[in-house]
Amino acid sequence: MRALHRLDSSRFSALVRITHWVTTLSFFGLLVSGIAIFIAHPRLYWGETGGLGTPYVLAFPLPFMKGGPSGWGRSLHFLSAWVCVLTGILYVLSGIFTQHLRRNLLPEKAEPFWSSLRRVASNHLHLRRPTEEDSLTYNILQRLTYLTVIFVFFPLLIWTGFAMSPAIVSVLPGTVTLLGGQETARTIHFFVASFVVFFFFVHIAMICLAGFTARVGAMITGRRVTKVDRP
Amino acid sequence: MSDTLSRRKLIKTGLVAAAGASGLAVAARIASRYGLIPPDHRGIYGIGETLTYATQRLLTSHDSLAREFSRSDISSIAPVNGEPPEYEPYLRHFAEGFASWQLTIDGLVAHPASFSLEDLKRLPSRTQITHLACEEGWSYIAQWTGVPLSYVLNLVGVLPQAKYVVFFAFDKKFDSLDMFDAWHPQTLLAYSMNGQDLPKRHGAPLRVRVPRQLGFKSKKYLTHIEVTDKVTNIGSGQGSSSPDKGYSWYGGI
Repeated sequence: MRALHRLDSSRFSALVRITHWVTTLSFFGLLVSGIAIFIAHPRLYWGETGGLGTPYVLAFPLPFMKGGPSGWGRSLHFLSAWVCVLTGILYVLSGIFTQHLRRNLLPEKAEPFWSSLRRVASNHLHLRRPTEEDSLTYNILQRLTYLTVIFVFFPLLIWTGFAMSPAIVSVLPGTVTLLGGQETARTIHFFVASFVVFFFFVHIAMICLAGFTARVGAMITGRRVTKVDRP
Repeated sequence: MSDTLSRRKLIKTGLVAAAGASGLAVAARIASRYGLIPPDHRGIYGIGETLTYATQRLLTSHDSLAREFSRSDISSIAPVNGEPPEYEPYLRHFAEGFASWQLTIDGLVAHPASFSLEDLKRLPSRTQITHLACEEGWSYIAQWTGVPLSYVLNLVGVLPQAKYVVFFAFDKKFDSLDMFDAWHPQTLLAYSMNGQDLPKRHGAPLRVRVPRQLGFKSKKYLTHIEVTDKVTNIGSGQGSSSPDKGYSWYGGI
């Protein structure tokens, strides 16, 4: 008999779930609008300046979509950025306050770092499906990945975003001079955003492997729904 | 969950919602009072525009300056967007070397005035080498010489109720700056670029240079400046021609 066994224990707190889905929404807003802005000038440069006729780092074989998408693209990008940043601040502050970050995202002390990394990496390489116990907590790879996205990629995106703003640079010139120029900031912004998009696809792939309905259900209801085969 | 707990939760939620709503109302009133609401604040995107504009207005000051560069940083290529006006009266003025061109300044000023290009060139000038970033993503560094807008505003005597300086141009478009950027020392009425008369494609005879905002805010081909307390009666009422094409009024991003 196949029974659907619902555990009462909460897997994700309400705040984690709400901030997760609001961030998801703002991620799509930022991605679509980021592409809309980028296709106005799909070339990347290094240093302070760059334009048609100057050396470039990367040129996409795309037409220059002038006078259109970058207009609403900017409006949607900054609206989504506000939602994303405010949600991110709420998540990190509450994560510190409730110890969510320390308990669920920092590597566990129980098992030595390298041996746990080796064990999880080996599970992935042998394509072992996660056990029910595995879905109760984040493994070391998940922890490191989420920490990198939250505390490296997002701050870098905000920083390089600031470095492209002439008004913010007038107050904090270091935001752009430390990077080596406004076009360098734009190029880094593009590549870090690409890493986040890559993370998104891996994240979705992992959820599909672990059971899409159960994992997405857990992030919506907060409950862990486990399917247990009983004889 | 017990009844008392859910009731307490309900009351708490209600109180938080009420505090939030009244907080927003107070914030909106304060924001409007201190000029933190952009003309294109309506609609869903208006929320983002307002948050960005208000935050940047609170963050920047009269003394925060756009970076200035050295002569060796000047770009050899300075791209432009759009072509110069190819119709009268611009073509006639261009053919005459702008000899009879005049810049009119009126509106909420004590002494409305007109300036020829020679008049403007005789006023105290400022030369600055600054970065110009187009909202599309390309950029260049150039040297600009012109009369600070603040100097001209002092000459004509701006009345205290003034809130915007509106720029009208030969290309039949308009744009505006708030008084904060209008009084800023780096905001120029530029007639020279890289030591030469302003080239046609870069806005001859006179353009604005606002280095703390993106390139599209540096209006080209100027004809007329109006100081005003509201922009709702100009164009579609959003402070510039840009919002009609989907671009924001404020370009400090």
